[in-house]
Amino acid sequence: MTHGPIAARSSEAPLLDVRGLTVAFRGEGGEGIAINDVSFSLRRGRILGLVGESGSGKSVTGLSIMGLIENPGRIAAGQILFDGTDLARLSDEEMREWRGKRIAMIFQDPMMTLNPVLRISTQLIETVLAHDKVSQEEARARARDALGQVGIPRPDERLDSYPHEFSGGMRQRVSIAIALLHRPDLIIADEPTTALDVTIQAQILSEVQRLTERHGTALIWVTHDLSIVCGLADEIAVMYGGRIVEHGPVGEVIRNPRHRYTNGLLHSVPSRNGRGQRLFQIPGTAPSIFAMPQGCAFRPRCEAADDACRALPSRRADGDRWHSCAHPVQEGCVR
Amino acid sequence: MTSLDPSDSDIAPPRSRSPARRIWRAFVGSRLAVTGLGVLLGLILLAVFGPLVVPQDPYDLMQLDVLDGQLSPGSPSAAGYTYWLGTDDQGRDMLSGIVYGLRTSLMVGVVSALAAAILGTSIGIFAAYRGGRIEALVMRVIDLQLSFPTILIALMILAVLGRGVMNVVLALVIVEWATYARVARSVAMVERRKEYIEAEECLVIPRWRILFQHLLPNCLPPLIVIATVQTGRAITLEATLSFLGIGVPITEPSLGLLIANGYQYLLSGKYWISLYPGLMLLVIILAINLVGDHLRDVINVRRLQ
Amino acid sequence: MLAWFARRIVQSLIVVVAMTIIVFLAVNVIGDPAAILISPDANQIERERIIAQLGLDQPLWRQYFSFLAGALQGNFGNSFVYGMPALQVILERMPATIELAIGTMIVSLLFGVPLGLYTGLHPESLPAKIAMSGSIIGFSVPVFWLGLILILIFSVQFGWFPAGGRGETGQLFGIEWSFMTGNGLRHLALPVMTLAIFKISLVMRMVRAGVRDVLPQEYVKFARAKGLKRPRILYVHVLKNIMIPVVTIIGLEFGSLIAFSVVTESIFAWPGMGKLIIDSINMLDRPMIVAYLIIIVFLFVAINLIVDILYTLLDPRVRLSSF
Repeated sequence: MTHGPIAARSSEAPLLDVRGLTVAFRGEGGEGIAINDVSFSLRRGRILGLVGESGSGKSVTGLSIMGLIENPGRIAAGQILFDGTDLARLSDEEMREWRGKRIAMIFQDPMMTLNPVLRISTQLIETVLAHDKVSQEEARARARDALGQVGIPRPDERLDSYPHEFSGGMRQRVSIAIALLHRPDLIIADEPTTALDVTIQAQILSEVQRLTERHGTALIWVTHDLSIVCGLADEIAVMYGGRIVEHGPVGEVIRNPRHRYTNGLLHSVPSRNGRGQRLFQIPGTAPSIFAMPQGCAFRPRCEAADDACRALPSRRADGDRWHSCAHPVQEGCVR
Repeated sequence: MTSLDPSDSDIAPPRSRSPARRIWRAFVGSRLAVTGLGVLLGLILLAVFGPLVVPQDPYDLMQLDVLDGQLSPGSPSAAGYTYWLGTDDQGRDMLSGIVYGLRTSLMVGVVSALAAAILGTSIGIFAAYRGGRIEALVMRVIDLQLSFPTILIALMILAVLGRGVMNVVLALVIVEWATYARVARSVAMVERRKEYIEAEECLVIPRWRILFQHLLPNCLPPLIVIATVQTGRAITLEATLSFLGIGVPITEPSLGLLIANGYQYLLSGKYWISLYPGLMLLVIILAINLVGDHLRDVINVRRLQ
Repeated sequence: MLAWFARRIVQSLIVVVAMTIIVFLAVNVIGDPAAILISPDANQIERERIIAQLGLDQPLWRQYFSFLAGALQGNFGNSFVYGMPALQVILERMPATIELAIGTMIVSLLFGVPLGLYTGLHPESLPAKIAMSGSIIGFSVPVFWLGLILILIFSVQFGWFPAGGRGETGQLFGIEWSFMTGNGLRHLALPVMTLAIFKISLVMRMVRAGVRDVLPQEYVKFARAKGLKRPRILYVHVLKNIMIPVVTIIGLEFGSLIAFSVVTESIFAWPGMGKLIIDSINMLDRPMIVAYLIIIVFLFVAINLIVDILYTLLDPRVRLSSF
């Protein structure tokens, strides 16, 4: 990756600028911090891979941008500047007008995201009508076009089917069609391919890539799968324990991870290991938001941890990437 | 799963392994349910020892004075005590009548629920254990019976048998067994698939021992929930049938019959003859339902029904 | 679909036949029809003549088939009390009972569904907690006693509603209905209220449980992510999913309403089937009892069948898998 074009484009105002976002959840034993002081920005047309284990806060980050954090959760601090407007301060009705119109979301399990008792046409048309005052016929025409666009054959006939009449991959295409209906500026995709077969996964991936490229849509791809991010994203943000621990251009981070957690994550991807070699595993499990370790949250699982890690590590910038590890992996060092 | 429960403090000793104690600990967590249980125990004591306390034996005609008929609550009696809840048309002290009625109602409810539980559970476990055609047949009969409202079936039986305490009990048992059988069968089905039963079958332990020593204890918690709720239903049903004049005979009145007696005086404003026995009935059923409702939350049975 | 439908109808017919056998055996074997039918002071010759006339000397299976043949033609014998065909007496009383049941169902839905939605959406709010506690009382209070108390309050104390009878009726489709006149509606009020308290509690709890089940579903979150307005999410996405089980239960509860009319009709002197059967039992009017039981069985099997069909029509997933 060259620094030139990125530096040139960085003068543009970002489409999305998240600053110090903190989301808390009320649990039975008090309040837990699901995401803590999360900051990142994204320009138009760019793709960010948001990577982490389950419970790392990556999905919560996506939901809070959508304004979908519900009781017992709340945005405790921070700003979500979208095209200059702080989404965290919008009223419910104002936020509703943005949702689905300028920011759309695709969820993980296509079997669960479509309402089982409503026809596909109903679910598409209502999305059109929620934001645009057009006739029923016009909305229907747009719904049909959207289905065709995501590669569903004979959209005219399929429009009035129920979700269970589609396969998983086809259902996810329908969800994507719904997300694309209003040509949003930003799509948040929360592991949309995890529940699908590998071949379907690849199809959906290339489909999304094609569509976002064509419309210049920015994309946040939430996933635990590093191999997807490698091929898709421009930038990567690695989350652990509710914080972003490493952020930067995808090629650099993958080639030279700095944070110990990113490093561990990369080494547990099967393709990186030689044949016959034992697959690397990060010992232990991700912490609960109600029992977050002091200082660096990765400390209990990290082999390099020492007393320095008991304090919250500061952010260490290096060009257009940064990380927050007190004992970063040195360049060229493979574990 | 329960680790987030604030009632389990860290310093508490390791959980007792007995499921009964665990259920009890969860049960006492609800003040409403504990109140219900307290009221219920109080009423049972009242039913057992009540006749020693109340001023009158309402079915000893020698103690009744027709001149005291239809007195309003609080009136003094000829014999010197006070009719706190008034009297009925025969000059019967309502308070004494209610205590005696409570005896009949509880007795009929508990006896029928117990008998139905034993019968239903046996049939349910037997069906689950035999499997095949017998099981299919039993399940069909259960489904068929449960698709009719209980009151209709009881009505039909009593239309044939005529009124009488034993006939009511019999009708209630026939009405209720199916619920127990269905639950017992589902529990037995779950337990049967577990490994220890298979292991014991391999050890050639007699079938009846497996049935009674292992399946039965495991069926017990959900059956207790069902029995609680069903006892409430049995008491209501008995009261309803007696109110309609096809339940218990006049010589052994239950709360339902007392209410029926007051029906004709209601329109002339003599409310107490129907009101108080009904309140007593409501309190019993409410207490049972509070206990049952909470037990159902503590012992998860919904999936079995 | 057609095969499923045919199988379902055959099953229903088997149930009806099985129930006629049970009813027949119960009345003829456990009860002694001769004892009921023949006056105690009849002499021996007279007894035998009547027994032969009624076919009671025939073998049981033959008696059953002649009973069945009669039943198929709608002939259950004449009522002892009314001196008319039993079926005719029952059919004359049926509209009153159906009217009561439908009225109760409408009232229960009108109150139960909004209450259930509210308590499901705001489970921790004070009104929701009050409504939930109230529903436990609604489940516990014996229906017949509730009827008396309502009479005591609204008839005796306030004099707002009449305590008994159908009041004036108006004609619709050649049948007399109470809801056609203002006076009749006032007569409907108390019996309907009596039956509805329990049903409102039931519907409310079911809708509440449904809302609690559906709200955390991904498709509700997705509907919000699409930017749909709240009413649209609630009344289309959530409600349509809840209505499937609710309609099923409502259908089945319709049967229990007809059964429970036995109680309310007795209290409110409502001239329907329920009061008729109680009177018939008390007067040992055997043909009436048999006819009533057979008709009730038929009614219930029909209701179950209709509910099943409704269910398949409502739920698109079931509809397809039953092909």
